[in-house]
Amino acid sequence: MAQPKLFGASIKRREDPRMITGRGAYTDDLKLPGQTHAAFVRSPHAHARVRRVDLSRAKATPGVVAAYTGKDLAAAGVGPLPCGWLLPDLKIPEYRGIATDKVNFVGHAVAVVIGETAYAARDGADQVVVDYDVLPAVVDGEKAVQPGAPQIHDNAPDNVAFRWNIGDQAKTDAAIKGAHRVIKQRLINHRLIPNAIEPRASAATYNAGTGDLTCWVTSQNPHVHRLLMAAFVLGMPEHKVRVISGDVGGGFGSKIFLYPEEVAVSWASKQLGRPVKWTAERRESFMTDAHGRDHITDAELAVDKDGKMVALRVRTNANLGAYLSTFAPLIPTFLYGPLLSGAYKIPEIYCEVIGSLSNTTPVDAYRGAGRPEATYLLERMCDLTAKAIGMDPAEFRRKNLVPAAEFPYQTPVAFLYDSGNYEPALDRALQMVDYRKLRADQEAGRKQGKYIGVGFATYIEACGPAPSAVAGALGAQAGLWESAQVRVHPTGKVTVFTGSHTHGQGHETTFAQLAADELQVPFEDVEIVHGDTGAIPFGMGSYGSRSAAVGGSAIYSAVEKIREKGKKIAAHLLEASENDIDYVDGKFQVKGSPSRNKGFGEVALMAYLAHNLPKGLEPGLEATSFWDPSNFVFPFGTHIAVVEVSPESGKVKILRYVAVDDVGNVINPMIVYGMVHGGIAQGAAQALWEFAAYDSNGQLQSGSMMDYALPKADDLVSYETDRTVTPSPVNPMGIKGAGETGTIASTAAVANAVMDALAPLGISHLDMPLTPARIWAAIQAKKH
Amino acid sequence: MGGPAVKIQVKVNGTAHTSDVEPRLLLVHYLRDVLNLTGTHVGCDTSQCGACTIIVNGRSTKACNLFAVQADGADIMTIEGLAKDGQLHPIQEGFWEKHGLQCGFCTPGMIMTAYQLLQRNKKPSESEIRHFLEGNLCRCTGYHNIVKAIQYAAEKMA
Repeated sequence: MAQPKLFGASIKRREDPRMITGRGAYTDDLKLPGQTHAAFVRSPHAHARVRRVDLSRAKATPGVVAAYTGKDLAAAGVGPLPCGWLLPDLKIPEYRGIATDKVNFVGHAVAVVIGETAYAARDGADQVVVDYDVLPAVVDGEKAVQPGAPQIHDNAPDNVAFRWNIGDQAKTDAAIKGAHRVIKQRLINHRLIPNAIEPRASAATYNAGTGDLTCWVTSQNPHVHRLLMAAFVLGMPEHKVRVISGDVGGGFGSKIFLYPEEVAVSWASKQLGRPVKWTAERRESFMTDAHGRDHITDAELAVDKDGKMVALRVRTNANLGAYLSTFAPLIPTFLYGPLLSGAYKIPEIYCEVIGSLSNTTPVDAYRGAGRPEATYLLERMCDLTAKAIGMDPAEFRRKNLVPAAEFPYQTPVAFLYDSGNYEPALDRALQMVDYRKLRADQEAGRKQGKYIGVGFATYIEACGPAPSAVAGALGAQAGLWESAQVRVHPTGKVTVFTGSHTHGQGHETTFAQLAADELQVPFEDVEIVHGDTGAIPFGMGSYGSRSAAVGGSAIYSAVEKIREKGKKIAAHLLEASENDIDYVDGKFQVKGSPSRNKGFGEVALMAYLAHNLPKGLEPGLEATSFWDPSNFVFPFGTHIAVVEVSPESGKVKILRYVAVDDVGNVINPMIVYGMVHGGIAQGAAQALWEFAAYDSNGQLQSGSMMDYALPKADDLVSYETDRTVTPSPVNPMGIKGAGETGTIASTAAVANAVMDALAPLGISHLDMPLTPARIWAAIQAKKH
Repeated sequence: MGGPAVKIQVKVNGTAHTSDVEPRLLLVHYLRDVLNLTGTHVGCDTSQCGACTIIVNGRSTKACNLFAVQADGADIMTIEGLAKDGQLHPIQEGFWEKHGLQCGFCTPGMIMTAYQLLQRNKKPSESEIRHFLEGNLCRCTGYHNIVKAIQYAAEKMA
């Protein structure tokens, strides 16, 4: 009997039994024989020369095994951390993970101490004496590029890492000049700190007998970690380094990048001939996990007399922090500028970006990575414009959406949208909130001093990066395909090795659904292996919502090869032509006479027995595929937030949150909705609470969970979700991507809702986070 | 520095342990590093995240907030002790059924907090559940399905 289709079913996750019983295996859970522990000494200054690092007292501390300075590592040939995305004329400051001469942000490491226990290592670290010459610091991206600002790196004059633009400037200028109305706004998209609940960790052990280094890293992409660490930093042969990333407790981008700590523990384990482990304390996570966002933007949206968009002009300063983290140059350029067309037909768009360097933690991809910044900008401008021209914000959006008939749609900023049908998602969301009634209630409420606001985001997102050739032409120092190896065992059981990495996404379940479906074998017969460079051919890992669209397609393609080979073997055994074999319900059968068949298990066994194979066919049944997508995929949807703002306290309460997303075909709806929920929470938190606060000296003021306002259960509501389905033509399963949509849409939707609530008080725009203090002050200012 | 070791006796998940520990050793590190019960996680060091929540003498407690020596004589339950005879506790079942976890890192603490909640309040409302979780942070689920998981467990246990 045919098994029910697994693709599309909300199957419970097979990851869960270990995680709900305390048997997950996270990096900090490791206990290697002879293991030592690392603790880092970090700069308390944002900008200073390091005059002297004295390790003598640290080395004399009981339980301390060794201590090293940055100069020790540099002298031993450990290189600076590389930047993996190059732009024309990019200035790359040399990033010594453990500083040699100068520290450039609070938290920059200056020494590492290795102890028999984590406590002893910390004791030793506390005994390291560092003499600093403190220098003036610059924190703000715009101030950093002003003449006279403190210079951070000799090779980056004026603290400018790059200047970049996209779109036709002359045509955009002309369109804006001739437009009926031009709405201008300065928008600050403030800096965030990712805060995966599992802190970063790494452990390494070196076998001097074999020359093998094994390194466990909380990584979203262990192969990338291995490549960067082996070839660019440690100078070790790549094939002698194995990186393992087992259970990883959330990433949100922050665990993509190569960091100083995994380099230091790997190097130290080789020096000491003992395993070394390090786990970040949360304060270290705040100071050293790559931060997100941090844009200052001037935007102008021009419309004609009918409210049709005619042009968008954007100037952004993107604060990159003190160094270029692994993919830093990509985020505010190609993942930002090309997104500025959003869901709309905008004939002309021009965007220019300055990438600025400052005495702050490096900034890189954080959930959404460039796309939330673009979406916030565009969606805020939509609301401001709709208000200015007296049009309902939903109708203004509808008027400007790319019509369904125009797909694939070429934007003026490089992207070719794969597929889309935007209006049904908008309609469904409006229906779910009962829009007319909601507006009526809002109006009635206002008369009673009740300030309700409705905010929209009709977003698109670009995910599943990317055609490797395109990425390469744009500066990527890596391909962006994904690999999969499908190994059928002699018993017909299946192991799938995927280069994608799961750190919460549930691949062990969804990829098994996919493979079991295509192979027509029981779900239980398929095992998914990920996160180990020793087992998997190669992998680009998981970010940019690419696992299903790219990694899943690689699995799909490898499974096809298995079926093709299976057909050959079955045809031979059945004495039929290969073209006459169908694969139905787990059986290779002769067309027209289904009783003549060979089961999948029989064929698998024969592949390995090899007693009777077609002439010239190799034994074995396994296949490897490298899937390089032909385009990004472009999910879209409409999110609507309904909030109430207290005019007395300025506090915002989210009343409802409706999300209608279109992520194409979906393998496991339960998991997709789960990711949407989490994304909404993260995005809403940017709008309302989270804020990486630095003082003017570069001290990180929001450096712990006591100071940085992560959302709690009580701050949020149950989300109302639905989907429309517009399959993508880019991959064989019609999948788009779902990991970031929530974050991309919700910041704008919530911020728009708050501003809508405040409109009757004469407040048209406030920058995020829309905290009670900020809102209250704005209300007071209007009163006086 | 550590100071001389102190002998403690604790019962963890029904098993008695006697250990010599440094007075400064945190209870969470005692559980993880000495008893190898790594299901209790450390997420923040400052008692905000709740990933280290365990039950000490019947009360949900953040294990990063106690020294091991303060637990001398205590009866402790960790996530590893919740399922009995291979049978998941209804809260664990709820988290599985309702997709109450993604990366799984906050999950043990969430489950232990939910355990305490359902001991005190058999039929909590959604807002009571949300309020009770104020000491536990999750970055993946947006809490939506954690609430559903606890509601599922409450019904199952009724």
